[in-house]
Amino acid sequence: MWRFIASRVLQAIPVLFIVITLTFFLVRFAPGGPFSTEKAVVPEVKRALEAQYQLDQPLLAQFGSYLTDLVHGDFGPSFKYPGRTVNELIAAGFPATAELGLYALLVAVVLGMAAGIVAALNPNSWRDYVPMSAAMIGICMPTFLLGPLLVLIFGLWLEWLPVSGWGEVSGDKILPSITLGAAYAAYIARLTRSGMLEVLSQDYIRTARAKGLPEYVVVFKHALRGGVIPVVAFLGPAFAGLLSGSFVVETIFQVPGLGRFFVQAAFNRDYTLILGSTVFFAVLIVVFNLLSDVLAAWLNPRLRAGLGVK
Amino acid sequence: MTVFRALLVITLSVMTACSGGERRVEQGTRDGILHFGNGTEPQGVDPHTTTGVPEHHIEQALFEGLVGKDPETLAPVPGVADRWEISADGRVYRFHLRENARWSNGEAITAEDFRWSWWRGLQPALGNEYAYMLYPIRNAEAYATGKLTDFSQVGVRVIDLHTLEIELTAPTPYFMQLLDHESMFPVPRKVIEKFGTPVDRFSQWTRPGNMVSNGPFRLTEWKLYKYVRLEKNPYYWDAANVKLNGIVFYPTENTITEERLFRSQQLHVTSSIPLDKIPVYRTSRSDELRVDPYLGSYYYMINVKRPGLNDARVRRALAMAIDRDSLIKNVLDGVNFPAYSMTPPGTAGYQPPILFKFDPEGARKLLADAGYPGGKGLPKIEILYNTNEAHRKIAVALQQMWKTNLNIDVTMLNQEWKVYLDSRNSLDYSVARAAWIGDYVDPDTFLNMWITGGGNNDTGWSSAEYDDLILHKIPAMHTQEERFAGFTRAETILMQEMPIIPIYIYSTKYLIHPSVKGMPTNLLDYYAFKHIHLEPET
Repeated sequence: MWRFIASRVLQAIPVLFIVITLTFFLVRFAPGGPFSTEKAVVPEVKRALEAQYQLDQPLLAQFGSYLTDLVHGDFGPSFKYPGRTVNELIAAGFPATAELGLYALLVAVVLGMAAGIVAALNPNSWRDYVPMSAAMIGICMPTFLLGPLLVLIFGLWLEWLPVSGWGEVSGDKILPSITLGAAYAAYIARLTRSGMLEVLSQDYIRTARAKGLPEYVVVFKHALRGGVIPVVAFLGPAFAGLLSGSFVVETIFQVPGLGRFFVQAAFNRDYTLILGSTVFFAVLIVVFNLLSDVLAAWLNPRLRAGLGVK
Repeated sequence: MTVFRALLVITLSVMTACSGGERRVEQGTRDGILHFGNGTEPQGVDPHTTTGVPEHHIEQALFEGLVGKDPETLAPVPGVADRWEISADGRVYRFHLRENARWSNGEAITAEDFRWSWWRGLQPALGNEYAYMLYPIRNAEAYATGKLTDFSQVGVRVIDLHTLEIELTAPTPYFMQLLDHESMFPVPRKVIEKFGTPVDRFSQWTRPGNMVSNGPFRLTEWKLYKYVRLEKNPYYWDAANVKLNGIVFYPTENTITEERLFRSQQLHVTSSIPLDKIPVYRTSRSDELRVDPYLGSYYYMINVKRPGLNDARVRRALAMAIDRDSLIKNVLDGVNFPAYSMTPPGTAGYQPPILFKFDPEGARKLLADAGYPGGKGLPKIEILYNTNEAHRKIAVALQQMWKTNLNIDVTMLNQEWKVYLDSRNSLDYSVARAAWIGDYVDPDTFLNMWITGGGNNDTGWSSAEYDDLILHKIPAMHTQEERFAGFTRAETILMQEMPIIPIYIYSTKYLIHPSVKGMPTNLLDYYAFKHIHLEPET
């Protein structure tokens, strides 16, 4: 198992290097720069600004010094926000993004698996069609539609829940979490259903039932463990997706998260902030993929054998 | 099994533990705290390293210049200076600072504080994008651009502890207005030097706890992406007349979300309003809607180097073929004002000449005179705009008007903001949407940008007579009548040559809760936070 993890970590290094290099050069080759504004900046001022951010040096030298800083964990100063470092901006924005991602994942797993199990146990009945149709709608409905719709119903009409905010009044975290988690819940429902259907048709399930075990023991103890493997494999990328894809939800609900500023950074050509958040998210994605692979290996004996893990 | 049951219990309990809570607006009105939708997360609050409108709002509350502005008339009112004298030739200003002016840490403000602050604002290494606001001061431009290194030659002199003398290059009638711009605010030398060098953009001096300012409010809390909180500054010289106890600025970059926040009583004032909500508020909640003229022009720039467009007759034909009234009524929800000049009419009392009107017949004739009868043979025209729904709608309308009235086919191209700026700057366009918001209330702010090689003159247009008027003749004029005559002449040249097609005058559009008082509208969308107060609805 440790060898497996170590080799995956080693594989991650070239991946991250490629991400950093590509992002670094792509943002710099994009037209416009951090200091191009509608009101023309006096050339002397522009030169002074470029000197303060070392943009006056050759590109390769900039890249070299960026990498050196990065190795020391320093993402550099933000271009858009004077006096702020990218580390500071990420540290300020990430907790809310992570919390939102976690709740959304919770929503996705609970709702998705419940719906998937119900559907799998009653294939081709209304208890299959209703949750699966809801899941299809959930997959298709974009968050920028679902979010405002939920706000309209629960925030403005019924006045049950706050229309926006994060951690300011009780209950304001519910709508953003549901909005962000809904599409993933739908996906998990479909994965659970197909995983469960496959497992439920296995011989050992028939054996379990033949032994006279109660249905809930059959389902939750015997079937679920095998049935959720596709879901577990999906969770890593899903959580990474929830973290890096929360921009729309953060904007709709005024969540003080990193997603909003990640996207703004691109529009502002805030080179260091774009790079910093990209690298940060890349690391997260690598880590969560690794975690979900490890978890899947632990759940699935066949996979474990294939990896040479005892 | 148990894990899932636990998850279910947690989820359900989180979901049921909800209740609305008291609304921010009610609570704020009771406690004297203004909740202000401020557009975006502020870049910072150092007046010398920030440029945007949200930053401007916060800095207006944190700092005070030598003079302020009356929020209704925009006339200068005493600020840190309680009186001043202007020499007969209009070039030397002497300000007497009030002796009870204090920083927010209780220390006295002196004339030297202003001299040092302006020295800092003009440091070439700082990269102050608004340094040009100080350029009317003698030698300030030379110093800021590194041509002069001796600051004692710049026209700022400390006479004594409380007297400051400023010498200008030429009489500048709008100079008093500039003193209320953030680039002219005093900044605390001791604090800045404690946290770094004066030209350090990465300094921590503006952090809550470190920051010292001199305005009616002071910084207490800054939660990134959430809010910036200010409280009343007890050391402010006029603290007795400051009615608010605090202001909270929220980054609300999405206007749709912002409107929802307003509707659910989370904001007293918004930064904007989605266009399609305006009719709704107009009919049902008109007391909460503010739509007023704003000192800004929306226009199309023309690349006069392009074949076809290098003929002024073609450019004028394009301008005359636009039905501005119809555009405003049908596309812009009636919230703007048609423009037939670069300078908005009534800017500081100046009435620009109106040299053309909507005249399809005349436009067709001009186009024919230029050699393109019925639009035949005219090289391809493309409207460039930065990606935005409103700009797109306007471009579509103009495309249609030019087709109907001139029979010319125009294509459209949208680009992301920075790409668009790049295209504009390198004259890689034929017709481009653009806008200008005045820095001060004077025609100069709209007309000086069209001089040859001006930083914002991305049209390739140039006129020797125009340059002479703007750069030499008008600055030497002494009376407002003479100046306005000069601007009329300049504007006439501009509208005959038509390197830009005026389309409409901007308006400010935002929502304001009825409890907010003392916030009159004005051309600059300027808020004097010290005069704002909140009264519960009766």
